[in-house]
Amino acid sequence: MTETTTPKRGVSLWVQIVIWAFIAALLVLVGVILNKRQQGTVQPGDQIPDFTLPLFSGYEYEGQSEVKLSDFRGKLVVLNFWASWCKPCEQEAAELEEAWKMYEDSGKVVFLGADYVDTEPEARAYLKKFGITYYNGPDMGTRISQLFRIRGVPETYFIDPDGVLYYVKVGPFLSVDEITSIIEQKLP
Amino acid sequence: MMKLNLNKTLRAVFFASLLTVLFFTAATTVFAQDDMPTDDEVNAIAKQLYCPVCENTPLDVCPTEACRQWRELIRLQLSEGKTEEEIKQYFVDNYGARVLAEPPRTGLNWLVYILPPMFILAGAFILFRSFQAWTKPKAVETASSPSEEAGEASDKDPYIARLEEELKNRK
Repeated sequence: MTETTTPKRGVSLWVQIVIWAFIAALLVLVGVILNKRQQGTVQPGDQIPDFTLPLFSGYEYEGQSEVKLSDFRGKLVVLNFWASWCKPCEQEAAELEEAWKMYEDSGKVVFLGADYVDTEPEARAYLKKFGITYYNGPDMGTRISQLFRIRGVPETYFIDPDGVLYYVKVGPFLSVDEITSIIEQKLP
Repeated sequence: MMKLNLNKTLRAVFFASLLTVLFFTAATTVFAQDDMPTDDEVNAIAKQLYCPVCENTPLDVCPTEACRQWRELIRLQLSEGKTEEEIKQYFVDNYGARVLAEPPRTGLNWLVYILPPMFILAGAFILFRSFQAWTKPKAVETASSPSEEAGEASDKDPYIARLEEELKNRK
């Protein structure tokens, strides 16, 4: 009694391994990207990595045309994302300026405006319209907004003197008191 | 005499007004045609860009205020004599590469260009192999007679061969 086996032509084992490994890598990549997109904004308690914000002329910081977050170590930073085409941003513009004026001379708090996906002439007109004087500049290449994973504008991030995020405000502030009460949480 | 003078004055005023209207109309038309880029010229560039605010909407058809501002910026840059590439580069520098309708061929972006043709080729290969597998057995079936088939089967399967042999012995 003899058994005969028919030779079976198929894809070799190595080719199969390569194909499956490729598909698995692709799925992992898609998963990582989807996960990153659904993460939401950075969360309170996160150490904020250093970033550079170029500044509009007339809005420079001590003569510098750009600032780094690390330049403000030891100070509380209020980072506001806005745009001239954003109607809710207009609701809080005057309140932010008023709050800035309250802390400007103390030297303990810095307000930064990051202009998100905007055109400079309209941005300047907006700053002039609301009499904004704190440091402002364009979020070039949307790098800072991507770093914070913002979902829209306006959004405001409160970073403590050690560079750690401690509060996120999504949407416009309703009053100056709302802004100052968040700042006072971390002021010595 | 007085009436004649009045008519002359009225006629002169009429012609002067007509000439003024014609002059300004012509001047405006010349300005619009020569200096300011048309909507078509603006949209030719705008359709290659996507605003990050309104996802999946090309800039030329996006109705938002942000996109309107961007189109005006394109118009301004065209009127300053900038080329299409320079304008696109300006937008990439200011708003990031994701504003481009066609991603730049760098880094992971290559996957966008490589994967679809690869999947199509792989699909075609799998289909080809499947058709081959489906057609081969049929070709064997039609080519062989039932007796041959039985013979083949008995050659291959020792149990069938034994069964057939026993059946023959009984006869």
